[in-house]
Amino acid sequence: MEKRGVGIGLPGLGGALDRTFRYWALLPVFVVLLLLTAYPLVQLVGMSLSDYTFGGGSIVAHYSGLRNLELMGEDTVFRAAVRNTLVFVVGVVLVEFVLGFVVALLASGLPRGGGLFKTVLVIPLLVPPIAIGTMWRLMYQSEFGVINALLRELRLPTPNWLGDPAIALGSVMIVDVWHWTAFMFLILLAGLESLPAEPFEAARVDGASAWQAFRALTLPLMRPIILVALMLRTVFAFKVFDEVFLLTTGGPGTSTEVVSMYIYKVIFRTMELGYGSFLSVVAALLTSVFVLGYLWTLRRERIAA
Amino acid sequence: MDAAARAHRRLTGGGWGTPARYAGLVVASGLTLAPFLWVGTNAFKFFKDIVQWSWTFEPTLVNFRRVLFEQDISFLRLGVNSLVIALASMAISLVCGALGAYSLSRFRWSRAVTAFVLGWMLFVHMVPPITFTGPFFLLARFFDVYNTYLPVIAAHTIITLPVVMWIMKGFFDELPKELEEAAMVDGCNRTGSFLRIALPLAGPGLGAAAILAFLFSWNEFLFALTLTSTAEATTIPVGVAKFSQEFAILYGEMSAASILASIPALIFVAVAQKQLLKGLTLGAVKG
Repeated sequence: MEKRGVGIGLPGLGGALDRTFRYWALLPVFVVLLLLTAYPLVQLVGMSLSDYTFGGGSIVAHYSGLRNLELMGEDTVFRAAVRNTLVFVVGVVLVEFVLGFVVALLASGLPRGGGLFKTVLVIPLLVPPIAIGTMWRLMYQSEFGVINALLRELRLPTPNWLGDPAIALGSVMIVDVWHWTAFMFLILLAGLESLPAEPFEAARVDGASAWQAFRALTLPLMRPIILVALMLRTVFAFKVFDEVFLLTTGGPGTSTEVVSMYIYKVIFRTMELGYGSFLSVVAALLTSVFVLGYLWTLRRERIAA
Repeated sequence: MDAAARAHRRLTGGGWGTPARYAGLVVASGLTLAPFLWVGTNAFKFFKDIVQWSWTFEPTLVNFRRVLFEQDISFLRLGVNSLVIALASMAISLVCGALGAYSLSRFRWSRAVTAFVLGWMLFVHMVPPITFTGPFFLLARFFDVYNTYLPVIAAHTIITLPVVMWIMKGFFDELPKELEEAAMVDGCNRTGSFLRIALPLAGPGLGAAAILAFLFSWNEFLFALTLTSTAEATTIPVGVAKFSQEFAILYGEMSAASILASIPALIFVAVAQKQLLKGLTLGAVKG
């Protein structure tokens, strides 16, 4: 390493250090991932096979085999949480996709002002979810909330948005749609703006209508990006916690109980760490099935990962 | 706007007419902004003006004063906690992420190594955070650091690191290798070429990564909730949540609290919208 220190090289950094640069540059990431993610996950699996609880302030743990699996089988609240989560995920992802796609089509290739709309629409994505929950809780409030006040002006019924078990989950989903549609919009807009021009020019020459071009060109060309957007949003929607915590904490009854909310209650309210860990492992396994599906889709659709 | 977008517009959007498209976007923007406007004005109203629905009102800062100074959990203190935690996890993930992304981008690593780092990172990014809270809670108690900054910074690092890695890898992949090769012919070593050539050229990427990392940590709720208990170490979102749940009637104060929590996001949107938009889509699509 005779070049060291010459010209613009850094003096004082040894040749050995430089020759092994590729290793020590990657080392910190490796250490962080092993210590802060791999190790906790191993611990989680261990905990999931025990009946970890707090007994009088200290931790009591016994190996319990697959007892937690049996508990899960009998757990009707968990079943409700899974069902609510599925309804929530499928509902919000579809609505956000349709709305996001429509707005992206409106905004793609605008002569001017596209950037401004993009900036405004993206604000909800960057604001703390808990602040969004607070805002909507104030708006949903029965007497002084702005939504029921408007409905009252229009002489329409004023529902108890968060207190009525029949509609509480729907109310939470509306908040999620308001919060996350911009994510779909951003990805789909990026896709629309990277479409090749030639096929569209050719279609125009052939006298295709806008609708025909959309059906025959835009949709098929956008397929990979649409798949990525749908899958990413599905995985993220599955994590929902903050807004539910603030809007309803899972209630009334179990009408808005979702998986993350329920696991939180099991671990930190009833302090059943073992059982909560088991449910966490189940949630992680479900996610990894989806992540693998996502990677497989990326490969199949030949999008650079 | 490029030719492709224009050609595309002629066919997909041509029939709608530009004024109609602007109208649609104005409606969408209005629906996005309306909650902010309503909650934002409530934050400056006295309680009586909120419940009386008066359009004209005498603006007051009393809600902000109460939230910032007169509560059990002073938001000023929580703001300091949030700032320290967000800056620390941002710094750690920037250093680790930039170095790691550079190494993965510039050197030929075996598939197993890249698969572990990038694939695992994707998994960590996508798995519900609740999965990690149990073990983190036990670890924090075991090392006797529960209710200090340390476990929250560690937990936030695993949230911010994947974001930083993807953005930086995207930027390093796009930098031409020739610039660095020229520098090394001139006697610059690998470390020097990273620090003096690659890193400055990837500056915009580093900026976007830094802002997003900061926001992700600032906005994070679940880890802060489960790894802290008092104003000693807890963050703004936890303060907002406790506040909103305990005092469900204090509209003005709740509004002020959520506006205060949103300030960094609003600042960054105003200052660095381009970087933010690029970072958000890059992190998502390149995932």
